[in-house]
Amino acid sequence: MAFSKRVVLRFPRSLVHQPIVSRLIKDYSLDFNILKALVNPKEEGLLVMELMGKRSDFDKAIAYLTEAGVETEPLSRVKRNEERCTQCGACVSMCPTGAFVVDEKTRGVLFDDAKCIACELCLLVCPPRVLELTV
Amino acid sequence: MPKTIAEINEKISKGQAVVVNAEEVIDIVKKKGVAKAAQEIDVVTTGTFGPMCSSGAYFNVGHTKPKMKMGGGKATLNDIPLYTGLAAVDLFLGATAIPDDDPRNKVYPGHFNYGGGHVLEDLLAGKDVKFSVSAYGTDCYPRKKLDTWINMNDMNQATLFNVRNAYQNYNIAVNASDKMIHTYMGTLKPNLGNANYCSAGQLSPLLNDPHYKTVGIGTKIFLGGGIGYVAWQGTQHAPSSLRSENGVPKRGAGTLAVIGDMKQMSSKYLVGTSFVGYGCTATVGIGLPIPILSEEILQYTAVTDDEIYAAIIDYSDAYPNFKPDILGEASYGQLRSGKIEVGGKELPTASLSSYSKALEISNTLKDWILKGDFTLTDPVAPIAGAEDGVTFKPLNERPIKDA
Ligand code: SF4
Ligand code: SF4
Repeated sequence: MAFSKRVVLRFPRSLVHQPIVSRLIKDYSLDFNILKALVNPKEEGLLVMELMGKRSDFDKAIAYLTEAGVETEPLSRVKRNEERCTQCGACVSMCPTGAFVVDEKTRGVLFDDAKCIACELCLLVCPPRVLELTV
Repeated sequence: MPKTIAEINEKISKGQAVVVNAEEVIDIVKKKGVAKAAQEIDVVTTGTFGPMCSSGAYFNVGHTKPKMKMGGGKATLNDIPLYTGLAAVDLFLGATAIPDDDPRNKVYPGHFNYGGGHVLEDLLAGKDVKFSVSAYGTDCYPRKKLDTWINMNDMNQATLFNVRNAYQNYNIAVNASDKMIHTYMGTLKPNLGNANYCSAGQLSPLLNDPHYKTVGIGTKIFLGGGIGYVAWQGTQHAPSSLRSENGVPKRGAGTLAVIGDMKQMSSKYLVGTSFVGYGCTATVGIGLPIPILSEEILQYTAVTDDEIYAAIIDYSDAYPNFKPDILGEASYGQLRSGKIEVGGKELPTASLSSYSKALEISNTLKDWILKGDFTLTDPVAPIAGAEDGVTFKPLNERPIKDA
């Protein structure tokens, strides 16, 4: 059963150097894509990943992470108010993942929310402010 | 050939006019040649939908009982201050006005979530807005305080009056410094990280009539989803600015002042807009019909994005410090490809003006004309051209010395 979900993992300082992610592969047979990874000045880690595998394994993996002290939450995504979007394109060069694309033919601005990693860079840049973070 | 506007209107009223938009005309002229195409085509419609700061509206709100002299007092709509230096119940709202208590750039960059342009949009959307007034009271206008809901239907007049719209070409903004900057041209990443531009290019009204041969005072236009008129040349109108051999300006040049009844307009084509770190404004939709009165006029409307150039300007230094330096030029064809080159570096481009909405506006105007709902007007007077020596001067500061 192919299942995939995007999650945000927050590691406390004590866990940053532990081989936690590799256990997701070994013990829960999950595949993953890292969408974003950073360690803040307080040395807490943030990892945004897409996890793929069996639903049951995914649930067990999340339980394991929680047990280990990693905070997990589903990745929020940006939602666009289609009615107010002026199709300008100011968002296009801001998005690091290419979630906004100008349609070659219509010159409208297409938005693929599956590509969004909730970095929030586009939110204030959109002139009519039609982009909002949702879970 | 040559036709007159009266002849074109006759065809419009019989449902026989041939109307195409400023994108379609390009291929038609390529295929048929100018002479044949000019015989066939009667009107070319243009469009633009971008942030236009010098926009606003004046309202007559009617009298309260007892009467109140709002003129000279303080008035707000949804906390956005109105200009009250007019008669008792006439008020003006500018698109860039922001609440007195907006933190502005105190915490940099400010967000500027709601301003005058947003009030205009809310009124057009039929919403109730909060209207608060305080006045000093006179014998004939004794009332001093008013707090009420008001909407578009309550207004006696709501007239959009934009003193500068439809800029004929505009700068391409980049940032050569090593810090992110926030401008009216959007957020610009450091070290030439991106380039923002703002024109509908080949669809834009004045780029299709570069010498103002058909547009003039009194020209009827599409404005904010309703009908408007060109009232005058816009502020900062600079017809003598640098032009290419095809006559098309390569820098900001002509502008239009436009006016129209807000009550027929739609919030779809007048949208409140915010620039982080800069302020509030409104994105305004305008469509200009160009009557094809000669082959020359048609030739101008066939201009393509590849033939229209704009200047690349550093908004971290040249722009704020009023230096003439430019970092190069790029065509709208290049800009729309998604990247341009500046000093050997490839920059991703983004537009602040919507090409797809500009196209939608030019098509709406086309439909109005085809249906016979919109006829063309002869301008009552021309707007200044390059030959008139109108320039856009800097302010000559003359320090005020203590007496
Ligand atoms: S910047 Fe905002 S309004 Fe412009 S295309 Fe992107 S989402 Fe739409
Ligand atoms: S939040 Fe970030 S990733 Fe998501 S659409 Fe906006 S810029 Fe792109």
